[in-house]
Amino acid sequence: MPKSRVAEQFTGWGFVTPGVAVILLFGLVPIVWSAIMSFQQNNLLNGRTPFVGLRNYRQMVHDPVVASAIGHTLTYTALFVPGTMLVGLFLAVAMNRKIRFISVYRTAAYATMAISTISEALVFIWLFDPSYGIVNYAFHLVGIPQQQFLNSPSEALFVIVAMTIWGWTGFAVVIYLAALQGVPSGLIEAAAIDGAGPWRTFRKVTLPLLSPASLFLAVWLTINALQLFDEVYLSTQGGPLHATTVLVYYLYFQAFQNFNFGYASAIAYFLFVVIIVITAIQFRVGRRFTYYRS
Amino acid sequence: MTATTLVRSRSRWRRLPFSPWHLVLVPATLVLAFPFIWLVLTSLETPSEALHFPPLLTPHVLKLSNYPAAWHSAPFGRFFINSAAVAVTTVVSNLLLCSLAGYAFARLRFLGRGLLFVAIMATLMVPFQVTMIPQFIITKWLGVHVLAGVGIDHIGALILPNAATAFGVFFLRQFFRTLPIEYEESARVDGASRLAVLWKIVLPLSAPALATLAALTFLDSWNSFLWPLIAVTSTNQMTIPLGLATFQGAHSTEWPLLMAGNVMSLTPMLVIFFVAQRYFVRSVAATGLAGT
Repeated sequence: MPKSRVAEQFTGWGFVTPGVAVILLFGLVPIVWSAIMSFQQNNLLNGRTPFVGLRNYRQMVHDPVVASAIGHTLTYTALFVPGTMLVGLFLAVAMNRKIRFISVYRTAAYATMAISTISEALVFIWLFDPSYGIVNYAFHLVGIPQQQFLNSPSEALFVIVAMTIWGWTGFAVVIYLAALQGVPSGLIEAAAIDGAGPWRTFRKVTLPLLSPASLFLAVWLTINALQLFDEVYLSTQGGPLHATTVLVYYLYFQAFQNFNFGYASAIAYFLFVVIIVITAIQFRVGRRFTYYRS
Repeated sequence: MTATTLVRSRSRWRRLPFSPWHLVLVPATLVLAFPFIWLVLTSLETPSEALHFPPLLTPHVLKLSNYPAAWHSAPFGRFFINSAAVAVTTVVSNLLLCSLAGYAFARLRFLGRGLLFVAIMATLMVPFQVTMIPQFIITKWLGVHVLAGVGIDHIGALILPNAATAFGVFFLRQFFRTLPIEYEESARVDGASRLAVLWKIVLPLSAPALATLAALTFLDSWNSFLWPLIAVTSTNQMTIPLGLATFQGAHSTEWPLLMAGNVMSLTPMLVIFFVAQRYFVRSVAATGLAGT
């Protein structure tokens, strides 16, 4: 081996070692470790960690809270993802033009990106306060009776959907605006010359050209929706009556309130599988409807 | 919009002295901005005004004293310093470590390169919830046995696990590979070391990618909640989101006080965001375009 090649070996290892060490120690090792832990009875309160085979997974299947948490997580995802995409698409189309004050409009949407989930949840708890909140007042004005919102098992999840859609609006607008700016104006003009109206042009030309952005958003938002935690923690703590207990909230509860690390790891791996399966389906189905120009 | 549709829509809206899109965008913007507006208004009310029904659309007297009251009932100053320290350190360390690793993966040939890269990529797909429990145990162990206290319940615990990220390494490697290799080769012929090539040639050419990584890392670190919630329990080690959540727990129905605390909590990031809006927007758009 020539001398320079040997030197390159050392340089290469020298360059990657600090970064790779961090990623392996806090990324890869934990992946393996929590897989092992999911087959152990690992309770922080007593030091022993005996292997118990599939017991944690079996417990999960029979745990009614897990079943309802899966339901809440999927319901939330099914509402949040299309909701955010529609709001984002609508606003991006409206903002994709050079008119007066456009930067004001855009900035108002972008600003939601800078807000932490905790700040966002805190404002929305106040907006939706059952007794003094402005939303109930607005309802009152149009003749809808007072609602319990976050205190109501049948409504709490919808309030969380509303606050997270607001929080993600900026992100969706940025993605769609960037994609819209890549739509060649020549194609739109050609469609109009062929006699297509604005709505038809949007549906038949613009929307297909936006499909890669839509697929990206669908996947990205779904991954985040399945990991919903912060807003639930701050606003309802999983209640009332477990109505907003989503998977990650239950996992957190088992791990850091009950210190059931083994059981929590099993739930975490289950979540991982759910994310992989749903993402794979999205790519499969999405590819059929996605139009790539290149 | 085309010439023909423009003419048609113009004739239809001829009586309007402005674009009809304003009729959509003004209400939409009001809805988007309303939580902000209401937040600020409530933060200036007295407790009895906040608990008035129907809600008062404007406070009778501006009660600015809610702000000092909030400032004194929780160590917000400390939260800011902690958040800034964590975010800045995380950004700097990511730029440094991910540049080094990304450059080596992009340009250098060394034993185990492929295997290491695959190992790193594997961690990209795994959600944080899978790794957080062992990460907690490892951080705790390091704090007790290796790093003399820089472990659980120390802001160091918020920096260390994110000091380098698989995303950062991957993102910079991809960018470095798009750069023309000729500059680097001629510098090598002139006797420059690899480190000098990276520092003097590659990194200056990579300013847009570095800015993107910095913006995304900063935003992530500043707003992160779950890991700080697990890793930190002492008030003086908390970052803003965790501090704000704790503040809410202690004052759950004192709305003006809570909203004053909330305004103070979100203002720094909002200001940074407005100042560098172009960078943030471009960075987020880049992740979307890279994904499509």
